Amino acid sequence: MIRLENLRLGYGQRHLLDDASAILPAGSLTALLGRNGSGKSTLLRALIGQERPQGGRIRLNGQPLSDISPERLARTVAFVNTARVRVANLRCKDVVALGRAPYTNWIGRMQAQDEAAVREALTMTGMAAYADRTMDKMSDGECQRIMIARALAQQTPIILLDEPTSFLDLPNRYELGRLLAQLAHEQNKCIFFSTHELDIALALCDAVALIDGQHLHHRPAAELPESGLLEKVFGDSLRLSGIYSNLR
Amino acid sequence: MHVMKTPPSRTTWIFTALAVLTLLLFMADLAVGAVSIPLREVWAALFKADALTDASTVSAGTVLIVRRIRLIKAAVALLAGMALSVSGLQMQTLFRNPLAGPYVLGISSGASLGVALFILGAPILGLTAHAAVATLGLAGSAWLGAALLLALVALVSRRVKDIMVILILGMMLSSGIGALVQILQYLSHENALKSFVIWTMGSLGDVTVPQLWLLIPAVLIGLALAVAAVKPLNMLLLGEDYARTMGLNVRRSRRLIFLSTVFLAGTVTAFCGPIGFIGLAVPHVARMLFREADHRILIPGAALCGAVVLLLCDIISKGLTLPINSITALLGIPMVIWVVIRHKNIV
Repeated sequence: MIRLENLRLGYGQRHLLDDASAILPAGSLTALLGRNGSGKSTLLRALIGQERPQGGRIRLNGQPLSDISPERLARTVAFVNTARVRVANLRCKDVVALGRAPYTNWIGRMQAQDEAAVREALTMTGMAAYADRTMDKMSDGECQRIMIARALAQQTPIILLDEPTSFLDLPNRYELGRLLAQLAHEQNKCIFFSTHELDIALALCDAVALIDGQHLHHRPAAELPESGLLEKVFGDSLRLSGIYSNLR
Repeated sequence: MHVMKTPPSRTTWIFTALAVLTLLLFMADLAVGAVSIPLREVWAALFKADALTDASTVSAGTVLIVRRIRLIKAAVALLAGMALSVSGLQMQTLFRNPLAGPYVLGISSGASLGVALFILGAPILGLTAHAAVATLGLAGSAWLGAALLLALVALVSRRVKDIMVILILGMMLSSGIGALVQILQYLSHENALKSFVIWTMGSLGDVTVPQLWLLIPAVLIGLALAVAAVKPLNMLLLGEDYARTMGLNVRRSRRLIFLSTVFLAGTVTAFCGPIGFIGLAVPHVARMLFREADHRILIPGAALCGAVVLLLCDIISKGLTLPINSITALLGIPMVIWVVIRHKNIV
C-alpha cells in the first residue's frame, strides 16, 4: 500500500505537487496521468526514495519511506523505467534473476527459492518460452515484459512503472495494461504506473491519479469521465482526439 | 545470475583450454628471445634446484637468462594482461560503453604526468644519481599521478549522479593533462625527452625484481576487488537506475570499481608504461568466447584471455624486436573494429 500524506514535491522554489494525499491499496492498479513536465516521473522517483519531498510524507506498507533502509526498500518497491536494456549475451532469465539481487548473497548465488521465483515471474508474464533468448534479439514489447518479470521476481508488494507503454503499439499497450491489472488483482500487488494513454487508464485501471497543476486528484477510474477533471487538464485535445466522446 | 548445478560443459571447456594455453604460452615466452632456448632446457633451468651449480643439463648462462630476465618479463606479461583486461571489462560495464577501457578515467594521462614530472624534473633535482631511485621513482611517480587523477575523478563522482558526466570529465581531464605534458616535453632536454618517449611506448622488460614484488600484490588486490564487485557489475548491466532500485549502493560500488582500476591499470601503467588496446579489446574477446554477460564468468574469463593475448604479443614483439605497444595496437585495433561493426549492442 502506498500512502501520500500532504506531500510536496518540486525543485527549489518551483513546486510540482503540493499537499498531495492519496491511498493506493494493495490489489489495485492505479494510473498516473498528467501533462508533460507535470511531475509524474518526479512523483514516481520520490516513491523509490530518489527524490526528497519538500514536505509531507510517503508511507509504504505503513512505514515512513524515510525510515526504510535501501536494502528493505528493494524488497518493498520494484521499479520499471523506460531505459532499454539491450545487452548482447544477456539472457532473459538472467535479467529476471537480477530481480533476486536483494535476496542473494555477495556474489549473487541463486538458491532453490530464487530459481522458483524467476520461473514463476517468467510464467506470469507469459515469457517462459523466452528464458534463453538474449536481450538484444527481442522486440520492445518483449523487453518490457521481461523487465516486468524482473520486477515480479523481486517479490515486492509495490511495483511502480514509468510510462511502460511508451514504446509499444496499440495491441501491445492493451496487452500490457491487462497484464498489470491481472497482476494487481491476482497477486494482490499495489501497482502504480505513469502513462499518457487515457483509454488504458480508464478502461483497465481501478483508480487514476491525475496531476492538475499542483494538485493530485485520486479517483476511482469509473468516476473520472464525469468529474470534469480530464477536460480541465487536457482541454480541447480531448474532444479532438475523440477519446472524450467514447468515454461518455 | 544463471545457476550452475551442473556447470555448462562449454564454459568449463573454454576455461580449461585457456588455462592450458596460458601455461604453454608462458613456457614459450621463456624459450623465445634473442637466444632461443629449447623448452627442455627452460624446464630444467626453472625447476632443477641445482641448475646453477650442476651444468650437466643446462648451462649457467641459460639458467640466468631464464630465471633473471625472461621469467620476470613473462610474469609481468601474465599479470599485466590479466590486470588490463579485467579493469577494461569493469570500465565497459560501469560506463555501459563498449569503447571504454582502463584508461578512460585518465589513468594513463595521470601516470604520464607523473612520469613526465619525474623524468624531466629529476635531473634538475639531481635524483638520477642512484639507479634504484631512478627506477622506483619512475614507477612511483606514475602510480601517484594515476592514483591522484582517479581520486579527483572519484571525488567529483560523489557529487555527480550521471556516469556519463564522469566519463566526459575523465576525458577532459586527460586532455588537459596531456596538454600539460606536452608543455613539459617542449621545455625539456633531449635526453630526458627520449626517456619519456620510451616510457610512453610501453615495455614489459623494464620491470625489476623489487618492482615485480610490488606488482604481484597490487594486481592480486585489484583482482580481489574486481571479484568483490561481481554482483554490482551484474546489476549495473541494467543501468544505474535499475541497480539502485534493486538495492545497490551505486556510489559505493563505483568507488570499489575505481579502486580496483587504480590497483590494476594504475600499477601496470606505472611499471610498464601505457599498454594500449589490451584492456579495450580483450573483454570483447572474452564475451564472444564465453557468450556470457555474467561477470562471475567474464572476470576470470577476461583475466585468462588477457594473459594469453599479452603473452602472445610479447612473444611476437620479441620475435620481431618491436615495442610491445605496436604489437598490441596492431592486434587490438582490427579486433575492436571487427567487434564494433559486427555487434552494435555489446555492453
